[in-house]
Amino acid sequence: MGASIDTLINREYQAGFVTDIEADAIPRGLSEATVRLISSKKNEPEWLLEWRLKAFRRWQQMAEPHWANVGYSKIDYQDIVYYSAPKSAKPLGSLDEVDPKIRETYDKLGIPLHEQKLLAGVAVDAVFDSVSVGTTYKEELAKHGIIFMSFGEAVREHPELVQKYLGSVVPYSDNFFAALNAAVFSDGSFVYVPKGVRCPMELSTYFRINAADTGQFERTLIVADEGAYVSYLEGCTAPKRSTNQLHAAVVELVALEDASVKYSTVQNWYAGDEEGKGGIYNFVTKRGKCAGARSKISWTQVETGSAITWKYPSVILQGDDSTGEFYSVAVVNNHQQADTGTKMIHMGRNTKSTIVSKGISAGKGNNSYRGLVKVLPKAENARNYTQCDSMLVGNRCGAHTFPYIEVGNNTATIEHEASTSKIGEDQIFYLKQRGMSAEQAVSMIVSGFCKEVFKELPMEFALEAQQLLGITLEGSVG
Amino acid sequence: MLKIQGLRATVSDKEILKGIDLTVNAGEVHAVMGPNGSGKSTLAQVLAGHPAYTVTGGSVEFDGEDLLEMDPEVRAQKGVFLAFQYPVEIPGVSNAYFLRTAYNEIRKARGEEEVDPMDFLDIMEQKLKMVEMNDVMLNRSVNTGFSGGEKKRNEILQMAVLEPKLAILDETDSGLDIDALRVVANGVNALRRPDRSTIVVTHYQRLLNYIVPDFVHVLANGRIVKSGGKELALELEAKGYDWVTGPQGAAA
Amino acid sequence: MTTTAFLDDVRAATERDGEPRWLRDLRARGAERFAAVGFPTTRDEDWKYTSAAPIAELDVRAISEPGGEVTRASIAPYTFGQDGWTTLVFVNGRYDGELSTAGLASAGVRVMPLEQAREEMDDVLRDALGSICDVEQNAFIALNTALFADGAVIHLGKDAVATAPIHLLFIADAAAAKGASHPRVLIVAERNSKATVLESYVATGEAVYFTNAVTEVSLADGASVTHLKIQRESPRAYHVGTIDARQGRDSHFVSFSFATGAALSRTNVWTILGGEGCGATLNGLYMADGTQHVDHQTRIEHQKENCYSREVYRGVLDDTAHGVFNGKVYVHPEAQKTDGKQENHTLLLSPRAVIDTKPQLEIFADDVKCTHGATVGRIDNTSLFYMKSRGVSALRARQLLTYAFAADVLEQIELEPVRASLEELTLARFTGANAAA
Repeated sequence: MGASIDTLINREYQAGFVTDIEADAIPRGLSEATVRLISSKKNEPEWLLEWRLKAFRRWQQMAEPHWANVGYSKIDYQDIVYYSAPKSAKPLGSLDEVDPKIRETYDKLGIPLHEQKLLAGVAVDAVFDSVSVGTTYKEELAKHGIIFMSFGEAVREHPELVQKYLGSVVPYSDNFFAALNAAVFSDGSFVYVPKGVRCPMELSTYFRINAADTGQFERTLIVADEGAYVSYLEGCTAPKRSTNQLHAAVVELVALEDASVKYSTVQNWYAGDEEGKGGIYNFVTKRGKCAGARSKISWTQVETGSAITWKYPSVILQGDDSTGEFYSVAVVNNHQQADTGTKMIHMGRNTKSTIVSKGISAGKGNNSYRGLVKVLPKAENARNYTQCDSMLVGNRCGAHTFPYIEVGNNTATIEHEASTSKIGEDQIFYLKQRGMSAEQAVSMIVSGFCKEVFKELPMEFALEAQQLLGITLEGSVG
Repeated sequence: MLKIQGLRATVSDKEILKGIDLTVNAGEVHAVMGPNGSGKSTLAQVLAGHPAYTVTGGSVEFDGEDLLEMDPEVRAQKGVFLAFQYPVEIPGVSNAYFLRTAYNEIRKARGEEEVDPMDFLDIMEQKLKMVEMNDVMLNRSVNTGFSGGEKKRNEILQMAVLEPKLAILDETDSGLDIDALRVVANGVNALRRPDRSTIVVTHYQRLLNYIVPDFVHVLANGRIVKSGGKELALELEAKGYDWVTGPQGAAA
Repeated sequence: MTTTAFLDDVRAATERDGEPRWLRDLRARGAERFAAVGFPTTRDEDWKYTSAAPIAELDVRAISEPGGEVTRASIAPYTFGQDGWTTLVFVNGRYDGELSTAGLASAGVRVMPLEQAREEMDDVLRDALGSICDVEQNAFIALNTALFADGAVIHLGKDAVATAPIHLLFIADAAAAKGASHPRVLIVAERNSKATVLESYVATGEAVYFTNAVTEVSLADGASVTHLKIQRESPRAYHVGTIDARQGRDSHFVSFSFATGAALSRTNVWTILGGEGCGATLNGLYMADGTQHVDHQTRIEHQKENCYSREVYRGVLDDTAHGVFNGKVYVHPEAQKTDGKQENHTLLLSPRAVIDTKPQLEIFADDVKCTHGATVGRIDNTSLFYMKSRGVSALRARQLLTYAFAADVLEQIELEPVRASLEELTLARFTGANAAA
């Protein structure tokens, strides 16, 4: 039984190839000069450089956090390359000018950047190492007044918007990795959906780390103005390398009155080999602010990759009647470690949050759910429902749940449920007795286990998640 | 169709079946009765290939093939169906999808074409009526949150859909009220055909009022201690198991 | 951090002579440890929601001499009207032989104050004392180890069954003011023995004092110990108590923690299921109002196969009271077939009451069934409406529902006189009905 799910989870990492391309990389190491160099490479305005420098100085005074349930050897921050861009990448270049080698890379990953082959209904911003190499459907979106472009472009074209919202949800001083990101972030995506506009297609950023010893520090900022709606997808892959690479991203979401942002991630960074060698350290800060009344932010994530994942997509429920959601499937295998969960901070009245977390641990993997539900004294009638289930495969893995519940208002209703179980031998036998193979049986049980999360994924991503987990979604009750 | 000879089986090194001989021909209905702990459920599980049991002796032939050599799914594909005493819950997997997967797996194994979801729904329509089930059940997770009666009906529904050659009902009557019992029995009777056989494992004679067996066997302490026609069940009901097994047999 | 006063006590204690070598060594380890780590801060994950600073800043000194004016009449409300029970009474932390009663004797059961045990059960003490609550575990255990002056030892011989409950009654009166006591209790249950032990911490006045209790429970194979703790300290007192059990094969440990007293209290209930087939049941009820702070930390460590644990903690918080619950269930890789269930439910009666709860599962075995659940809220409106629709006044309905919420977990107490008494107390608390308090 264990063997059958192992073969499912132990699929060859499909995205592990390297693109041979000439890169413009800066020397290893981090100092104020590095921060200035990155800023100048991007021709940034003075205010942004100042912000970076403040973040850098703050970072120097901070200590790397170690409270998460993960273990790894010390990261040498002076041994990382903080900026690496393909030489051929031109800022503001049209899609036709994208280097064929890079285009080929994205083709291989199933993300065509050719105008004629664009994914229908999905606009893509492709980030390759430190820079965005192309954004599709820009003109189409512009017709609706929607801004979707690389962060660097947005700084030049819409400085007032960027300046207004940058750091408004995740201040540079928030935590060690957020401060590091603020100091050295190289690119990322920027989205602005104007008042009352429902974004007609899925927006997506595809992150690819290619260069060795390079850290990726991207920043995503999504602003949904009053009454706007946007669904955003994020995908990530990296080549197989025997050394660990750091990915420290920051994502900020802002939903104004009646606005709704749906953010979905399929995270498939290289996880290291069976011995636990190599893989990405994925230390990410993701947070959304429901700034306006009746706004909604929903996070959905399928986490299958990375050697270590440390991320807690959170929602600050500031507006009255606002809603926060978190749906997560995290799979760890071999020596992978995941410490992930969410924070729901209830500030406004009648705010509501839902947390559904499914963890699957196999091999020697360790999966931790860490969540905070906090109800502040003024948050009348706050409601939270948390469900957090773990499934164990094999006897060398671990599943841990650390829910923190802090309630300071007696009108709150908080419910938390958690369970841990293994795939039952009886379940497998039952399905086999009905004519199914062991693999089919396991895949069916796993997809059933995850169904509450998968049904939240947009179709395009559901398919990717299905391929990643080798399971079928069709049977999941929807 | 089924030929069991000298079958012995253990669970956790404890011998439960101590030499079972039983032949079931096509079209026959056999009832296997016995007190608690006599080994009757073990017999059902061993025929289906439950991994917790180890066969330590004897042989089982099914349509001339060695049944014991086959994996559980192969047995199912060849037409052996076990209605579980305790049907298992599979959260998140819809009944309809589960059934269609099973149905298609069995068809594939027989070299037949798979049916698509729409055609399958048509097949389901008529089967649901047979067990007096609502099609809402198709969208619920397999057995999850079902009442005891619903679970048993669901087993019969699966049997009706999969049309096995040999159906083994493991205490399908236990815990059922009289209405549910009647529905279950009707389902079984509707499937009776000259080329299909049924083994009804039960503790009580009650079910046999509805599913009339051709033969009745009494199991005690891992062996068949008495065989006879349908009247044997009535006699057992009147006289109790002690009549055939002796007090020791009942205690085992 | 103002730990000076405590360190003075520690210094005084290490100079104490007349104790055997092994005990002096144990105390020295406690003293060293406390001096090294000091009181925990809120940066310690285990003390995230409870600040020990008010304790560190207390102007209290260890009570060394017996004192106080406690009489038979003043302890009567706390003895559940049971003369047959073995009751050891401690006044302001010191054993009082006059007030204690021997109760019904049971073969193989020895109950005595610590001082007497040093004479009569040196072997038991030497083997067990400090073997469960190691000074490394936390500062309060270290401090207790360095300073304990009095306490009790209960030894249940092989197959011994205590026919009547054993009650350790710690009572504080006005003379406890500015004092600190560090009671130490040791319960050693040999193979297949059985007993119910009750530990009460009560007060007749409103003195400011500090209790730092440590109870070690050793359960050999097949032993069964029920431990009930009743914490009704003075409303201005500070209470830290640790109950720590080690369980052998097929043993059963049942714990109940009832906490309504003290300005600040922290109760640790820990057990390690160290043999196959054992079970632990940890239940509790905390009720606080005013500015009280009440904290419970439970830790259930499953080390071996086929063990179960059950845990239900309920809390009712009023005014600006602050409740904390942290329940850990830890399942080792070897502990297959573990069956663990944990629940924490808190009712907030006032808009300014606060609860921080953290039920926590850490699981390293794959064939386990573990669940936990937590709820926080106020009284269910549907139930309220239902009662009102049957003619019950809103106030009365609210009172009854609050009582029902709390009493739900009291039902788990098997010892009838204690259950009845705590139910009465709880009913009186929420309905103002007359009750012995």
